[in-house]
Amino acid sequence: MSLYAFLGTLEIGFIYGLVAMGVYLTFRILDFPDLTVDGSFTLGAAMTATLIVMEVNPFLSTFIGTIAAASAGLVTAWLNLRFNILHLLASILTMTALYTINLRVMGKPNVALIMESTVLTPFESLGIPAMYMKVIFVAVCAIAGGLLVAWFLYTQYGLAMRAVGSNKRMAQANGIVVNEKVYVGLALSNGLVGLGGALFAQTNGFADSTMGIGTIVVGLAAVIVGESLFATRSIFVTVMSCILGSILYRIAVSMALNADFLGFQASDLNLLTAVLVTLALIFPKLRSEHKAKKAKGKEA
Amino acid sequence: MKLRSIFKSAILVAALVGSSLLAKPAYIATTAIVEHPALDAVRDGIKQALNDNGYGGENLKFTYESAQGKPDIASQIARKMVGDKPDIIIAIATPSAQAAVTTSDSIPVVFSAVTDPLAAKLVPRLEKPGGNVTGLSDMANVKEHLELIKSFIPNLKTVGIPYNPGETNSVSMLGAIKAEAAKMGIKIVESAAPKSSDVMIAAKQLVGKVDAIYCPIDNTIISAVESVVKVGIDAKIPVFAGDTDTVARGAVAAIGYDYFDLGRQTGEIVVRILKGEKPGDIDVKMAKGTNLFVNPKMAERMGIQVPEEVLARATKIIQ
Repeated sequence: MSLYAFLGTLEIGFIYGLVAMGVYLTFRILDFPDLTVDGSFTLGAAMTATLIVMEVNPFLSTFIGTIAAASAGLVTAWLNLRFNILHLLASILTMTALYTINLRVMGKPNVALIMESTVLTPFESLGIPAMYMKVIFVAVCAIAGGLLVAWFLYTQYGLAMRAVGSNKRMAQANGIVVNEKVYVGLALSNGLVGLGGALFAQTNGFADSTMGIGTIVVGLAAVIVGESLFATRSIFVTVMSCILGSILYRIAVSMALNADFLGFQASDLNLLTAVLVTLALIFPKLRSEHKAKKAKGKEA
Repeated sequence: MKLRSIFKSAILVAALVGSSLLAKPAYIATTAIVEHPALDAVRDGIKQALNDNGYGGENLKFTYESAQGKPDIASQIARKMVGDKPDIIIAIATPSAQAAVTTSDSIPVVFSAVTDPLAAKLVPRLEKPGGNVTGLSDMANVKEHLELIKSFIPNLKTVGIPYNPGETNSVSMLGAIKAEAAKMGIKIVESAAPKSSDVMIAAKQLVGKVDAIYCPIDNTIISAVESVVKVGIDAKIPVFAGDTDTVARGAVAAIGYDYFDLGRQTGEIVVRILKGEKPGDIDVKMAKGTNLFVNPKMAERMGIQVPEEVLARATKIIQ
């Protein structure tokens, strides 16, 4: 893998790190399987790209894109809580509706940002080569996002949210307003995903109606890879391992892309990625089993 | 004397070795958004054009990656390619081309099978675009397509078009068709199919409302065109297509680009750059050459006859 490709891998890894943290909030903290992200990733990108083309300040555009994605999360929460629609189905409904909304937002299926000024433009004059600058920028965004999420989960409010996820009834009995936590959690989650979409559009020069497909799979894979690396109960480490998991996922894709010398074809990419991610998942498990066996052997 | 001849042959050997070292193979990195017969044909056509111009075997390194339909993978592929420092990057279809153009500062990018390169902001203008990007647009000649349908059904009033509203190429093609149809007094009935599993239902929606069904150049529709053909046979509504490859899969007829030939035309641009021309000095080309494919058996099953005049000018008759 060339340096350039490696930096590109990191860049996309950090951006999808934001997505992974969003997925972590719903799947792990709130125990709310939320597929809205397939739509809200595109919504964040679509909104931001459209506003930038209309010459709105890129930072303001990114902010509005993030808020729009967060409100998509609120819709899912509302469908689930107000009308008792099963969480999975509620999120699928929102995701389906978002496909149309994204097309409406953009007015066409693809908005190009090549040659437009983006959030990266002010940093281009710093004299750091673009390939490094992009990575540093998204790394700062992802790590800052991670710190904020971790901090949030350590607050009283965040603790209450964690309680809702692990035992709704118990939380309610302790005077926690459950519904409010679900609303806030889904908004936060989809906001992070939308921010990821907004950054992806700006670093890659386009927003496309198909770009959200499979976001949930990538996000979930990153969360689980991250978890399997660190068997810890620390919230801080778990949140940060989402970013690391996302980067590892992208490295797996990169390795799959570079595997043609082994006789693989372009169409084998998905299988190779799946195999590499599976290896990343089972390796820590095999290692701990091996350790346990060894320990047992010593006892005997 | 002997010494001199040894010396001479040594120089000769050195010169031979040197020249073979200097003739570094041309390194062409190709990326496409998804694998699909038309896009694969473009890739093969490019390779053919390179071979015809003496780039092949030892002096050509040709790599190919598909993003499996995912823009995030397309962007990762673009970064891998720029890092591999090829002589030229070829990007097939819009999102792959956008990712390549954003990523590559100096490596020439040649795009192909992009319908509207201006809207995709790949180039600022079509004539002498400047910068490191040029390529080939496959904007379809939709007027000819409608005229073809009319030659089958002289009193054509309505045409149904299944399409994926999420596909850039398809939407801009639909816009062009609507404008042209209005001039010819034909009504267009749209039917949206966002996924290939929706194509069958989208086609069924058109039954009873239209005289003919036209499948535009739309990756989603084409990937499931058999379900449109089936509806056409069951309801006796002839199905036409925007690309000729689809005729073998059951469309009655189509005028279109031979995507292999489109790849060849793209390859010609690539060769010009390899020979030293600057991409910025090469105009973005509109694809040339129209083929007419006819499938008389299908026409019969869908309840119409192929006019003699069409059969006479067909470039290929599918049996």
